[in-house]
Amino acid sequence: MAMKKLLNNWFAQALLFLLALGLTAYVSQVINDVLPPYVLIIGLFIGINLIMALGLNLITGVTGQLSLGHAAFMSIGAYSSAIATVNYHLPFLLGVLIGGLVAGLFGLIIGFPTLRLTGDYLAIATLGFAEIVRVQFTNMKITNGAIGFLGIQGSTTFPIVMTIVVLTIFAMVWLENSRNGRAMLAIREDEVASSAVGINTTLYKIQAFAIGAFCAGVGGALFAHTTTFIQPTDFGFLKSVDILSIVVLGGLGSIPGTIIGAIVLTAAPEALRSLSNYRMMVYGLLLIVIMIFRPYGLLGGVNLRQVVRRALMWPKKKQSGGRA
Amino acid sequence: MNIMQQLVNGLALGSIYALIALGYTMVYGIIGMINFAYGEIYMFGAYAGLTLALSNYVNVYVALFGAMIITMVLGVVIERIAYKPLRRSSRLSALISAIGVSIFLSSLMVRMKGPNTRGFPKLFENRIFAIGDFQITFYQIVIIGVAALLMLGLHLFVTYSKTGRAMRACAQDQDAAKLMGVNIDRVVSITFAIGSGLAGAAGVLSGIYFNAVQPYMGLLAGLKAFAAAVLGGIGSIPGAMIGGLVIGLTEIMGITFNLSEYKDAFAFAILILVLMFKPSGILGRKANKKV
Repeated sequence: MAMKKLLNNWFAQALLFLLALGLTAYVSQVINDVLPPYVLIIGLFIGINLIMALGLNLITGVTGQLSLGHAAFMSIGAYSSAIATVNYHLPFLLGVLIGGLVAGLFGLIIGFPTLRLTGDYLAIATLGFAEIVRVQFTNMKITNGAIGFLGIQGSTTFPIVMTIVVLTIFAMVWLENSRNGRAMLAIREDEVASSAVGINTTLYKIQAFAIGAFCAGVGGALFAHTTTFIQPTDFGFLKSVDILSIVVLGGLGSIPGTIIGAIVLTAAPEALRSLSNYRMMVYGLLLIVIMIFRPYGLLGGVNLRQVVRRALMWPKKKQSGGRA
Repeated sequence: MNIMQQLVNGLALGSIYALIALGYTMVYGIIGMINFAYGEIYMFGAYAGLTLALSNYVNVYVALFGAMIITMVLGVVIERIAYKPLRRSSRLSALISAIGVSIFLSSLMVRMKGPNTRGFPKLFENRIFAIGDFQITFYQIVIIGVAALLMLGLHLFVTYSKTGRAMRACAQDQDAAKLMGVNIDRVVSITFAIGSGLAGAAGVLSGIYFNAVQPYMGLLAGLKAFAAAVLGGIGSIPGAMIGGLVIGLTEIMGITFNLSEYKDAFAFAILILVLMFKPSGILGRKANKKV
């Protein structure tokens, strides 16, 4: 009980947050100096995918709105940050912020008309939006069209990505436990009922969409400054699918699940590299098999907090009625 | 380049999209699932047709028929292995499984036939019929004719046969249909077989028409066909036909107005516009939500 009270105190929370942030920055700096570059790059992509997947988790996992166009927000973030740092010589971190903000703005703009749609109609509308964005980037001058945007500085480092990851995780946990987060969960469970109790469903759906798009934009910006070269085909339908599979595979709405999903699905193609040509076939099979045996995702339906608590308390006493 | 000319071009392209869209809409109508793998089944159909056509023994119609049989079997196998265990779980997990199937199929084809684009052998003479300014090629006649025949056949099957009636019953209320003695598993398998066969036929037709077959051709075609199905109102069979034709026509109109770089965006722009004003698609029924 004392522990719980402490965690509910905002001051303790802020302290914990700063501590975690500082620790991550320090530890990832140490890791950065020790690990070989190949492993670091994989870690970098795990982090980037995780940031984007956490954003999508808010839209699809928490609010229950299926989006098949997350790669579009990623590409908007990637291109706008690249334009900011290359054409306007802005500092890297400001470029990342700009990437996130522009993507979030587009999330708002797209959210207003499309969020009137529900279910699969929304899914196909977001998919269509993503295709339109991709075609638009292919035909724009400032993005250098299909040839691709060259000459971006490789400024993304492992400590920066990890720090942003921790920042995102904290933000998501806070958001989910706030009034807004509860409203979003209510929308996922039953949209009609939640609007009947006075939740402004459109407002919260747009909020989730904009925040999710912001995360995707940040991820895209980090991606652009990792690969130093981006082209519209990097952000096709399959990229959206990659991010969505992380969320679904980990367990919808579960933040620890999303983390595990990001690690598994980003590392899997690398681990399967020895199979060379059969790699993507095995990846496809992996998706099918995991879905058949764990239809709700790896951590779907698992209450991690309860599992940990039960593991700790088991020898002392039996749980009294806490099996919710 | 008059308007009639473009209309025929759009009709030919649209019938290919419509054939794939029928698969999407039928499966959605019955089990409420988006089978994203139809694009890849279409690609498989194109390769099956190509292989049959290259074997020298068969003419175009046998190749078309053979490809349809092969994709039908493929569709049923996919349904049994990847979708049936997931029928009772959430729709998103079935969607991810379908995406897994489509990644598997396209990389399998890369392994089997290589990643390069292949031409289609000339199966029959492509004559051009001209009436004044207006031209139509024999290929276009065959494509529109075959597509129309298949759609007519499907319509008759769904409306008059016993299995067709069972399919409509399942689409209305699966539990009630089950109580009336309809074998749901059998109906779902038949639906998958029909949808896959139509997609396979579309693959062969597009191989003939565009003279190009490659392992990743299914992705964009599948997405556009899905857009067509939603545009027409997903779950509605005439809707899928109309949606396919509308998407094909807009794409051709885009090319006519010198915007061919944007042609892939047109289908989706039209889709979003229609959904904004009529959220359930052109012929879709508005589902009543109950608390």
